[in-house]
Amino acid sequence: MTQADTMVNVAPIEIAQRRERPQTPTLRETVFDIRNLSVSYGKTPAIKDVSFEIYRNQVTAIIGPSGCGKSTFIRTLNRMNDLVPSANVEGEVLYHGVDLYGTKVDPVQVRRRIGMVFQKPNPFPKSIYDNVAWGLRVLGMKDKLDDRVKRALEQAALWDDVRHRLKKNALGLSGGQQQRLCIARALAVEPEVLLMDEPASALDPIATARIEDLMHDLKNEYTIVVVTHNMQQAARVADMTAFFGLEVLPDKSRTGILVEYDATQKIFTQPSDKRTEDYVTGRFG
Amino acid sequence: MSTTPPNIDPRAAALFQTDGRLRRRRIVNRLMEALGTIASLAAVAVLVIVVASVVKNGWGAFSVEFFTTSPSLSGFGTAEGGILSSIVGSILLVVIATIFALPIGVLVAIFVSEVAPRKVADVIRLALDVINGLPTIVTGIFIFSVLVLAQGQSAIAGGLALAIIGLPLIARSAQEVLRLVPTSYREAGLALGAPRWRTILGVILPTSLGGILTGTTLAIARVAGETAPLLFTTSLAVTTSVTWDPTQPVQSMPLTIFQYAEQPDPSFHEQAWATGAVLLAFVLVVSLISKFLLARSRRKLTQ
Repeated sequence: MTQADTMVNVAPIEIAQRRERPQTPTLRETVFDIRNLSVSYGKTPAIKDVSFEIYRNQVTAIIGPSGCGKSTFIRTLNRMNDLVPSANVEGEVLYHGVDLYGTKVDPVQVRRRIGMVFQKPNPFPKSIYDNVAWGLRVLGMKDKLDDRVKRALEQAALWDDVRHRLKKNALGLSGGQQQRLCIARALAVEPEVLLMDEPASALDPIATARIEDLMHDLKNEYTIVVVTHNMQQAARVADMTAFFGLEVLPDKSRTGILVEYDATQKIFTQPSDKRTEDYVTGRFG
Repeated sequence: MSTTPPNIDPRAAALFQTDGRLRRRRIVNRLMEALGTIASLAAVAVLVIVVASVVKNGWGAFSVEFFTTSPSLSGFGTAEGGILSSIVGSILLVVIATIFALPIGVLVAIFVSEVAPRKVADVIRLALDVINGLPTIVTGIFIFSVLVLAQGQSAIAGGLALAIIGLPLIARSAQEVLRLVPTSYREAGLALGAPRWRTILGVILPTSLGGILTGTTLAIARVAGETAPLLFTTSLAVTTSVTWDPTQPVQSMPLTIFQYAEQPDPSFHEQAWATGAVLLAFVLVVSLISKFLLARSRRKLTQ
């Protein structure tokens, strides 16, 4: 029995208990419908022909070995790859049925609905309060600013840590606190989806556990997509898991592909693909 | 050369062996160290000698009147009065230059490092380098032909010439600072659904403000000492009146040094030296301020 197995046996029960939504939908509502998505940087392919659906109020984990395009993938979901001039996106990313890469779609509006937390905590060099309030001010959500800031910090389980030093510089916080501040900052502007690109990889185990607890709580209100290279983390937090692998093309270039996508429990206990099994049991990667 | 201690493990004995090549390497090493030290001392010595001679030669001219009065025309061939009109004129010129060069320089830097495609950015960088290498007297002639011939000499004309000299300094240093702002700040701003200009204005500029001001103060220190462009643009003769009016020609410290140094009477020479000392002190203070600003902005960014 591997460590991952034991984790999986515990996690789903916990998840079931934590889910306190008023009405559990019988059908899963699709937020993202990704169709034949390929992304390349210049002539270097990063991911190829990825298709799957991401569901509402669930935590979807993206796992896979280094260089398999996990980060590239999650960054296409809110058009952060637009910042890379050479990035080229093919295929469709349907968000509630609308292609995010459609001609009339404003990437700024995309990012406003689909927030993101990055691998390295990146609070602005401003006060804790201003970090959270900045997005609100920019987006014109200035009514009851104090309440909104407080609520966001509470959602990120940071309020009790910082309530007495809201005016202090955010760079004075610990790494874990900084990351929760970044989560609060993203939540303050009330997005529908929260993308997290290895949000705990720079944090110690205790801070990591707090972030994971947070994901459990937040999925009642938000749809969460999380990239992680930590399989136990995926097993602990995710409802659905997508395993990305590497495919070596004839010309020796490597590109990321979606190997398997299923309920987390199934991915970790009965994967249908040999490559997934090798990866989750630690024989590869 | 060196002696091996007795009773030592033969493998360790190798540590004490010296051959010709090793000896030569040691000598070359010593030599390079010595040359480097001498060169550094020479550089510092130049500064010390310049400052010392300027202060020594100008010392006799320092008095309260030197700072509080303007040149008087009543002296018969000797320097009377002080250099107040020069100090005020220099400040006015520098302020005008900063008003023009700072916003344009910062905007250019933002465009180059945040907006422009790489090829356009390279062209602009090259253009800035060329402007930076422009002989300042050519800048002076240019302003003379486009402004002074039609409008007459004024502090604005001189300030504009100085702005052209300061612009590439400010733009280049601001670019360097903007490059230091972590990409993660830009990403964080954009990921919140903020338009790019809001991210630049609200996050990137405040973060790099200290560094931009550092570059600006250094540019001020540089243009404050410029003489050539002012020859054509502000003053033909010594201006004795103190004026803050930018449309009037003004006296300035570098010009005063130039004009007084050409006078026959030694009292003028003394005043020229003293003016040089004031100018040096100004540059020193401005440089210290820029160091302080830089340290502060570093602290703010890293903490």
